[in-house]
Amino acid sequence: MKRDEQLMVPAAEFGSYYGRPVIKEPVWGAPAIPGYLFLGGLAGASSPLAAVAEFSGRPGLALAAKTTAAGAIGLSVVALVQDLGRPTRFHHMLRVFKPTSPMSVGSWLLSAYGPAAGAAAACAITGLLPAAGRVATVAAAVTGPAVAAYTAALLADTAVPAWHEAHRELPYLFVSSAATAAGGLGLLLVRPEQAAPARNLALIGATAELTAKSLLLQRLGEVAEPYQSGRAGRLMEAAEILTAAGLTAAAVGGRNRIIAALAGAALVASSAFTRFGIFFAGRMSAGDPRYTVGPQRNRKDRKDRGDRGISPPPAGKPARAPAERGDLAAAR
Amino acid sequence: MSLDPAARSGYADHPPRMGFFTDTSVCIGCKACEVACKEWNGVPEDGLELTGMSYDNTQSLGASTWRHVAFIEQIDHPGQPRWLMASDVCKHCTEAGCLDVCPTGALLRTEFGTVVVQDDVCNGCGNCVAACPFGVIGRRETDGGAHKCTLCYDRIGDGLTPACAKACPTESIQFGPLDELRDRAQARLETLHEAGVAGAQLYGEDPGNGIGGAGAFFLLLDEPEVYGLPPDPVVTTRDLPRMWRHVASAAAALAAAALISGLGGRA
Repeated sequence: MKRDEQLMVPAAEFGSYYGRPVIKEPVWGAPAIPGYLFLGGLAGASSPLAAVAEFSGRPGLALAAKTTAAGAIGLSVVALVQDLGRPTRFHHMLRVFKPTSPMSVGSWLLSAYGPAAGAAAACAITGLLPAAGRVATVAAAVTGPAVAAYTAALLADTAVPAWHEAHRELPYLFVSSAATAAGGLGLLLVRPEQAAPARNLALIGATAELTAKSLLLQRLGEVAEPYQSGRAGRLMEAAEILTAAGLTAAAVGGRNRIIAALAGAALVASSAFTRFGIFFAGRMSAGDPRYTVGPQRNRKDRKDRGDRGISPPPAGKPARAPAERGDLAAAR
Repeated sequence: MSLDPAARSGYADHPPRMGFFTDTSVCIGCKACEVACKEWNGVPEDGLELTGMSYDNTQSLGASTWRHVAFIEQIDHPGQPRWLMASDVCKHCTEAGCLDVCPTGALLRTEFGTVVVQDDVCNGCGNCVAACPFGVIGRRETDGGAHKCTLCYDRIGDGLTPACAKACPTESIQFGPLDELRDRAQARLETLHEAGVAGAQLYGEDPGNGIGGAGAFFLLLDEPEVYGLPPDPVVTTRDLPRMWRHVASAAAALAAAALISGLGGRA
């Protein structure tokens, strides 16, 4: 709303209305929402890790992963409710089920996953009802990956350029970031003798994450800029350094307790940085009309040229004078 | 895809689709539409700021601004300087992103084909705000809920004209059945082109566009972005089926990665 804002936008090759954003910046707040992206991912990937650990005879890792999952998803729900404009109406999420709304799908997923993850952790901690604990463990392991992945659609299914344009890569980036976090936390919490699955998951996750990020940035073109500049750029860069460092340390020294713990901490932090980076990149892309208008203008010009190639313009519709466009910037 | 959003939403027997045609070529920037809208709908004050943006101190549409008159001073316009004015409003899209993503069902399609927020259902999740390709809908600080133009649902149900159109002194804002408005707009466009107004163009009315056609469309004298409108918006949910497929395969990949991680025998 400050008048200085228009100075942020370079005097333009594209038209804009006083440099003001075309779309609204998301009202979702930080740290609640990027925090949820991180914690939801951590939980969603920890649950299958817990199941794998339990059924391969690694109770220490299973307990750590189940506790992590339950704690992370509990915090997530608190963050989500607190971010609502009307928190006391959080249950309105469950009035309807709408596949066209990733948030609706997510609410139902959380209602299935949350109790399962909580029950799995409660049984593991107390040692009570082992059979029910196993059922809950499997239920959480099956629904957890969906919880980790759907948040990509939640961001991508918006008009925010840096999120929407990334809709192909974002789900893979999110689940790999989730795997990095869950594996990393396993490395941090569990002795190396029990932590093999966590180490493997962290290695797979971190490698996939680096790959998905570079694919995303390559394909986005102009809209990749928000991921590479400002606060988002710094976060993404820090995340990449931490991922690479954690990956290397886990691969080389993952059987040493200290090195494994340090590698794990780096990987957990990298996952959090990635989520915050993606969140702020989206906000920035929404706040700058260049990212909304630029790609749309190019698309429209391409379409218009294509249309003219097929058929002549309708009678009475003169072709647009090229000088007319962009004369707004000068108009002020 | 059906172009009749009311029928698609399950209204078997419904009145014709109603909308706005905002002809900016006759807008005089009086802001009567802004005032009438606020008065009728009880929309609270939306900030008192002097922006320096010509006569526009309203700035943009939002939770408490349902009509917004834009002012553009084009000093170097070829021929002679000109002053463009345009009253912007919710587009009441045929394919409405806000409505698609709303997780509570607070946003609904009316029998008139318009899009309305039910305030008593909205829990302020903010998803609609991020999904609107026009930056129309906003979340109000004071009550936490999402708000936008209702196309005066309470008036048109009684056969009245929406407040903004009723107050418009130049018929820049025209209200009526959408089919009729489209014909009228086409005729007006031809008149302007014959008169040599080269930049005149219709915005949003084409049912083949990225939002399936707007229920509230415009006649502009310059490119849409000059007025702060997106030049070629596409509703985000058109890509959602593909997103769900990627989400499903990503989730499966995560489950597979966890399984693979456990290989190598028991501890």
